[in-house]
Amino acid sequence: MTKPIAISLAVNGEPVEALVRPRQHLADFLRDTLGLTGTHIGCEHGVCGACSVRLDGDVVRGCLVLAVQADGAQVETIEGASDSGELASLQHAFAARNALQCGYCTPGMLLNAAELLARNPSPSRDDIRQHLSGNYCRCTGYQAIVDAVEAAARAGAGGAP
Amino acid sequence: MSDTAGRQPGLSVLDRPNSYIGRAVPRPNIARLTQGRGRYASDISLPRMVHVAFVRSPYAHARIVRIDKTAASGLPGVVAIVTGAELAAVMTPWVGVLSHLKGLKSAPQHAIAVERACWQGEAVAAVVARSRAEAEDAAELVAVDYEELEPVVSVEAALAPGARAIHPELGDNIAFERVLDAGEVDRAFAEADSVVETTFAFGRHTGVTLEPRAIVADWNPGEARLTVYQGTQAPHMMQNIIARHLALEESQVRVICGDVGGSFGIKVHVYADEMATVALAKLLKRPVKYVPDRVESFVSDIHARDHCVKARAAVKRDGTITAFEIDDETGIGPYSMYPRTSGIEANQVVNLVGGPYRTPNYRARARVVFQNKNVMCQYRGVGHPVACSVTEGLVDMAARAIGMDPFEIRRRNVIPDDAHPSVSAAGLKFEALSHQAALAKLHAMMDYDARRREQAALREKGVYRGIGLATFIEVTNPSAAFYGVGGARISSQDGAALRLDATGALVCQISVTEQGQGTEAVIAQVVATAFGVPIERVRVITGDTDVTPYGGGTWASRGAGIGGEAALQAGKALRENVLKVAGTILQAQPAALDIRDGLVVDRDTGRERIGLEEIARIAYFRPDTLPSDFQPELMVVRHYVPRKYPFAFTNGVNACWLEVDVETGFVKLLKYWIVEDCGTIINPQLVDEQIRGGVVQGLGPALMEHCIYDERGQLLNGNMADYLVPMAAEMPDIEVGHVVSPTLESELGAKGAGEAGTAGAAAAVANAVNDALSPFGVAISAIPITPEIVLRALGRL
Amino acid sequence: MKAPDFDYVRVRSLDEALAALAAHGEGARILAGGQSLVPALNLRLLAPEILVDIGGIADLSGIALADGTIRIGAMTRHADLERSPEIARHVPLLARAVREIGHPAIRNRGTIGGSLAHADPASELPACVLALEARIVARGPSGERTIAASDFFRGLYETALGPDEILVRIEIPAAAAGERFAFHELARRHGDYAMAGIAALARDTGAATLRIAYFGIGSRPMLAAGAAAALRDHGASEAGAAAAVRALGADLEPQSDLQASAALRMHLAGVLLRRALKDLFPDAAGGREEEIA
Repeated sequence: MTKPIAISLAVNGEPVEALVRPRQHLADFLRDTLGLTGTHIGCEHGVCGACSVRLDGDVVRGCLVLAVQADGAQVETIEGASDSGELASLQHAFAARNALQCGYCTPGMLLNAAELLARNPSPSRDDIRQHLSGNYCRCTGYQAIVDAVEAAARAGAGGAP
Repeated sequence: MSDTAGRQPGLSVLDRPNSYIGRAVPRPNIARLTQGRGRYASDISLPRMVHVAFVRSPYAHARIVRIDKTAASGLPGVVAIVTGAELAAVMTPWVGVLSHLKGLKSAPQHAIAVERACWQGEAVAAVVARSRAEAEDAAELVAVDYEELEPVVSVEAALAPGARAIHPELGDNIAFERVLDAGEVDRAFAEADSVVETTFAFGRHTGVTLEPRAIVADWNPGEARLTVYQGTQAPHMMQNIIARHLALEESQVRVICGDVGGSFGIKVHVYADEMATVALAKLLKRPVKYVPDRVESFVSDIHARDHCVKARAAVKRDGTITAFEIDDETGIGPYSMYPRTSGIEANQVVNLVGGPYRTPNYRARARVVFQNKNVMCQYRGVGHPVACSVTEGLVDMAARAIGMDPFEIRRRNVIPDDAHPSVSAAGLKFEALSHQAALAKLHAMMDYDARRREQAALREKGVYRGIGLATFIEVTNPSAAFYGVGGARISSQDGAALRLDATGALVCQISVTEQGQGTEAVIAQVVATAFGVPIERVRVITGDTDVTPYGGGTWASRGAGIGGEAALQAGKALRENVLKVAGTILQAQPAALDIRDGLVVDRDTGRERIGLEEIARIAYFRPDTLPSDFQPELMVVRHYVPRKYPFAFTNGVNACWLEVDVETGFVKLLKYWIVEDCGTIINPQLVDEQIRGGVVQGLGPALMEHCIYDERGQLLNGNMADYLVPMAAEMPDIEVGHVVSPTLESELGAKGAGEAGTAGAAAAVANAVNDALSPFGVAISAIPITPEIVLRALGRL
Repeated sequence: MKAPDFDYVRVRSLDEALAALAAHGEGARILAGGQSLVPALNLRLLAPEILVDIGGIADLSGIALADGTIRIGAMTRHADLERSPEIARHVPLLARAVREIGHPAIRNRGTIGGSLAHADPASELPACVLALEARIVARGPSGERTIAASDFFRGLYETALGPDEILVRIEIPAAAAGERFAFHELARRHGDYAMAGIAALARDTGAATLRIAYFGIGSRPMLAAGAAAALRDHGASEAGAAAAVRALGADLEPQSDLQASAALRMHLAGVLLRRALKDLFPDAAGGREEEIA
């Protein structure tokens, strides 16, 4: 059994110091060690997008980054992005359009949608569909999500971060 | 059809002032979920909790000769390694049969295989450790000696004369057979102007809930009580079954179901590995958590719809379809699932083929067959997609054979809207359906004639687009006829307990469950309407066997129709009780009062008399001011189950518009329309989203989803990268329309909508592909329709 | 699905990285973006002793133009390529292709060096560097060496890199005036690995300099030299296109898997070639699609 490695990082703006095993991926670290269970686990092989988090400002798959790799990084999860208010417009649009059912994909969808809007404040429906194609939703059939992102874009959600 | 059919306007409970019925009220749980603050079973962590990983058979069929735990036991963090034989000491096996599926047989199934593994992925040992990673490390080192046995993989092999019986004690591999013969089938075929015939093949697929199945079982030896946190659709069913197989009283088992990351029928069954988890908790006297990883999910979540159906139809030159005949073979894996059985899907296929049509002559045979593949059972739509693809495929073939437009042939054959109540050839009883209205609405919504013109113009340019139609009926609001009569302890009734709390707000505990479909919103809407409060004043509690009344949960599109009616009756009853208290306080006749928008008012004038909070204050804190012979009852319980009809059938019609690239074989979905009739619509937004999500779960198997097995019974694509779930970019926008024919069995009038979208989507796609390919004179009757299949049909490979 | 236990070291320099490789031999794996390696670890398809994380080596990423050559550091992320004005201007084929790699979150993390060193036959960049006549620079204990892209890909997930070497940079000739490219891929879902894909490049307006590379067809990215020769001989005419498609039979070694049979892949290769020619030479008869069947 290998030795744990000390890391220090900022999670949702709070400093975190921890000992982690090299094999632990970031999503497990956030969920199991920090209790940030809004980062969901759907496949653990980088396909479904449920574990999306921000690493130094970019949305990444939490299951494809090792926790040790986040040493020195700024990590943001759905909890942090919710509390800062930056997702409010998207969250409102998702709720108004019922763009989620079970809610398991939703944190990842929101973070990816926010990244899209930050880069492209008025995406077409095809742009939205393509950008969110790395995020599985098994409940909605996607249309409501596309509608919600479109509505948030119209409401100016792209101005955030 | 009108939405007040059979009722006098103004008298319906649905028409109360400030009614929430028919409004797109946001779900009470939605803000929490958008913030990542749901509480799924996979989020649960308890003190002293340990994790289980299973050693799973690499063979489809193998004798377990010896299990050596030595190397694994020495690894750090390992708490226990338990074999099937050891676990059998605390948990009894089960047999998945129902007495009303006559002849259905299966073999006893253990939580962990004892002597033999019967599919690739069946658990043969459990490893419990401090962490899942450590459990997996040790699972790799559990040395199992297998003696590989010849697997029976294909249905043909299972049915072949002299085939080795997977369970020798059962005699053969036929789990269940049903035959049906109605009318004069032979005569209808003899007298037909045209007979169309083909074999429809359906790829085995599965539900892929984004949150895997998840369970945390906590046995407290001090209380002699087991608390189970589980992502399940049926908490009371699980309570009963866990208790029974652990030799506990039901009162010793509490099942708690919080948020569930998708279920779709996947999470309504009793899984051997979850049962093993609860048994391990009892054995180890500490909380045990099990969340299958995605690779385990693919070999252990139920699969569905592995069917091959030989089918034919007889048609007259005027378009009258005079007979259907089918022969369905389906492979269900080595065991019939418990307790709902794996006979239901084929049974539904037999029930539903030809269902939308008045065709009186119908013959069917279905054979349900054991094989050494993962277990197969009910998944969203249960049998409907198979029956619908067969029926609608035949109808299109018949239309082509006689040169009739596919819309026209459906118009001529559907059961007329004014012919109900009616009985289908298969014996299904229909209270009220609206096929004609639905077809007319769809025709207008999609601008059918314009699409046909567009299609013709594009064909000139070498662009091949197709329109596919599919009518359907859907089983909803099942009575005890579905499971209860067969001896399963699966409740078809549901209960709602409603109380006025001390601030005048309402709390509703109800036995139907929330899986994301919006149950809690719908129940809040019904309660708020029936009782008379703003919806913000209603809190709905679901998913806890210690807390809610007894009931069935979520399956067979029943939550709104059955749970909603229980809630409505509870709301009315509590209103009566509260008005009695108000009448006593105000010295008025309760009948002269009403509750509107959270206030007690004069029924006739609407004048405000007293607030609910004041009533609650007096009833709870100053009952001394009330007459000594008057006891306020501020909590009521009401139950509901349909009795007149075994099922409340709904209906609808799909249309798919797509383009086939005849060079690459790729199919691009362009647009989709669907009209459905689920009776009273409580929340139009939630209904539409159920329909859309359901459609996409039908589009996936039509084009992509397929559990691919090799001849040794190995699943070849059991991961998220190789099993293709629909993604945003390939899915079309879906327009949803409604016709409203309420069921008169309940005051609410709601039928189910959860599975309607899935029923006909694959049929609509296949029909559209064949419509697009019609200039080439070829047709496809197998799904998923891959580029390979398209190009082979076109003779380009 | 948890990765097996392994050790981890984050190196700060190439020398440190090379030393770690030398110390651990075959037991070490380089961790670049991790977008292929980490899933393989989680699935327990690999069990390295130690991961050597080169993410902390500052000078391994970046895009620079000098002397008509674009140099791309191995740790340059797909997202950086996607947004780079230099790449858009000087290697437009790469700019086009990179958009098809996985999904945005994958591109935020995955690197060009990682992708080339992983050598997945269905991924886009290996075929692109073949078409672009890129040079791949590796560093080992004895210093740097340059490997032509056409010599780099040896087989399924197999490259010319030695176990003690690290891919450090890719050098690509900047686009000349008149250069044209075509890029197409067929995947059943957006972002999936290609069932078949083509990256083609003509350094001028004619067919003489045409290079045609395929991905998702065989066990490695492949240059269709015979097809290119046919087009040089016949020009970008219908006859040339037909001859080129015929030549694919000898150029390619299509493989069967769950997504497609070898026959389907060969057929799609022909379709993609026609489509690429239509992009490259829009006025020539070779783009007539109805001739394909």
